[in-house]
Amino acid sequence: MNFDIFDLLVGKPSGPNYLRKPVIIQGITGNFGSAHTRLMKAYGTNVAAGVTPGKGGQDFEGIPVYNSVRDACKDFDVKISGVFVPAPYFLEAAKESIDNGIKLLIAIPEHVPIRDSISAVNYAQAHDARIIGPNTPGVIIPEVIKVGIMPHQPFSVGKTAVFSRSGTLMYEVSYHLTKAGIGQKIALGIGGDPINGTNLIEAFELIKNSEDVDSVVVVGEIGGDAEEKLADYIVSSKFLKPVVGYIAGRSAPKEKKMGHAGAIIYGNYGSAESKILNFAKADIPVAKRPAEIPDLLLNKMRR
Amino acid sequence: MRLLEHQGKSLFSNYGIPVPKSRLAIDESEAKAASEEIGFPLVLKSQLTVGGRGKAGAILKCYKESELVGKFDDLIHKEVNGELPQGILLESMVNISKELYLSIFLDRGRRLYSLICSKDGGIDIESAGDKILLDVPLDGLSQKTAEDLALRLDIKGSGANSFVQFVLKLSTLVMQSEAELAEINPVGVLSDGSYLALDSKVIIDDNSLFRHPEMKKYHQKSTLQAKAEESGFSFVELDGDIAIIGNGAGLVMSTLDLVSDRGGEPGAFLDFGGRATTSTIYQALELISKIPKIKAILVNLFGGIVRTDLVAQAILDAYKTGIIAVPIYARISGAESDKARSMLSGSRANIYDSVEDAISSLINNSSRVTLNAHEL
Repeated sequence: MNFDIFDLLVGKPSGPNYLRKPVIIQGITGNFGSAHTRLMKAYGTNVAAGVTPGKGGQDFEGIPVYNSVRDACKDFDVKISGVFVPAPYFLEAAKESIDNGIKLLIAIPEHVPIRDSISAVNYAQAHDARIIGPNTPGVIIPEVIKVGIMPHQPFSVGKTAVFSRSGTLMYEVSYHLTKAGIGQKIALGIGGDPINGTNLIEAFELIKNSEDVDSVVVVGEIGGDAEEKLADYIVSSKFLKPVVGYIAGRSAPKEKKMGHAGAIIYGNYGSAESKILNFAKADIPVAKRPAEIPDLLLNKMRR
Repeated sequence: MRLLEHQGKSLFSNYGIPVPKSRLAIDESEAKAASEEIGFPLVLKSQLTVGGRGKAGAILKCYKESELVGKFDDLIHKEVNGELPQGILLESMVNISKELYLSIFLDRGRRLYSLICSKDGGIDIESAGDKILLDVPLDGLSQKTAEDLALRLDIKGSGANSFVQFVLKLSTLVMQSEAELAEINPVGVLSDGSYLALDSKVIIDDNSLFRHPEMKKYHQKSTLQAKAEESGFSFVELDGDIAIIGNGAGLVMSTLDLVSDRGGEPGAFLDFGGRATTSTIYQALELISKIPKIKAILVNLFGGIVRTDLVAQAILDAYKTGIIAVPIYARISGAESDKARSMLSGSRANIYDSVEDAISSLINNSSRVTLNAHEL
């Protein structure tokens, strides 16, 4: 499936809603949903409507609230949803929005059961829709749109893509890039869970053919083998844009869950050494500190 | 949540997967009672959450009563990879004709469950020769797939049906109890062609526990762990003496690495998540104050939304109420950082612009303290 995330989030100059793509927020009236809706709107995201069952007909600071995604989609032609519902309701919310034509779901909740995540991803795939997350800070295209919970301050306009399994490290790394004068075309949180609606390879596929992206920073962490598989992909697909990496958790003990549900080492499976070794094989320099990333990237781009 | 062997086996029994007769003992008198019930010969197995117990000598065979107390005492006090056992499982020694490897696990990369089976049981699966890998759909393995598996393993005759039932029950267990892993290594094949789970390694998806009240009894946590969960923190106690607090798991992990790179030894990992308010930071400091070995606290807080003066207030409060006496090194990027800085001047807390600076001060000061202790 050729999934054009920029077309969905930004649009084409000649197309409808260019730079103003409408977004719905599922769970808009919750504490978390409402606080971040306010921040998204302030950043310029076109939050067209919100959904909270039982609160249809109300409005949240000028944004109409509907009982269901179905009702919201009668009034607005939306393809993007930010999902802020509590984890136990995520699967139901995801299916509802996919059933009503949503093509991009930004799944914020943490603690979604694995089984529900797999079901949601399968459902999305069967309906040509895409999930980012769960347990993601979301996605931002600086100065155009942000759907998620990231602070906007670390980000600036540019041509680097930042893909991160950790939220705060995505901010931290983007902050260092911005400080060094390297802006971002897109920053996307893969999510800290074992199951990711958009994994690292799929994230790379999103920007592979984009002329507006000239380099990639990938922020990995212990747990699973997504970085190892990405390294194979970069070699086998002859990915040409310069890539630098960072891996968190070099000093983490084995068999302990380090905050993220997905950040756990079993034996050598999921260890930082394995990831760093595989990045080296794919010629991806790995920073020891987040602050080193801009220099590594500039070096790599000069080569 | 990783279950201990005996917990995993009790879960197996609930799903009709046969296991040898066994009983858990935590002291000598329980061990004696258990041995009378089970009879000799038996196997003593240390109950641990870490792997590698076989190699570490934490499984002992016991042929007669006179050996029992000595061997039990050996095991109950034996640390494996830094962990003391949570009891010893006494298990009937079974005569087996063959061993297999069988597991169903979550394949994260492929976003589905997989089954691995091998004729080489009892060894590390990564070094096993003939491995059969199958996809397991979310509604469980089908009878047909299980029968095909038996064929591929050359299991024929009356044993084939027992094997198929054994595999199907494991698949049901994984799907219904929402396990990330259920491994039986080895599966014992008895001379009559029946199958028995001789070991268990089961990991349950923590995030599914809200719909599995029956799993609550397996959820062991320290008092600190329970307190951390109540506050919505992620917390891991480590071996060193520096507590590391921050907002976001990745950031705290990264800080752990930076501290270790500089020769510091982290003693606690605490991610307080997205809400950096005065009361969350105070609660985090309060939790850390319960760990006596902590000599310094490093706070790494990133966020454009965070108001650093609220964080400074929490630190001041913690010093004032006396819950914290150790120095705090804080890297706080966010709004109002000048105000935060002036609020903390004169206290034992210092604010830095970069985490590297905060760590340098922490490391330099703690080595100075060590030097002074030497001079005395």
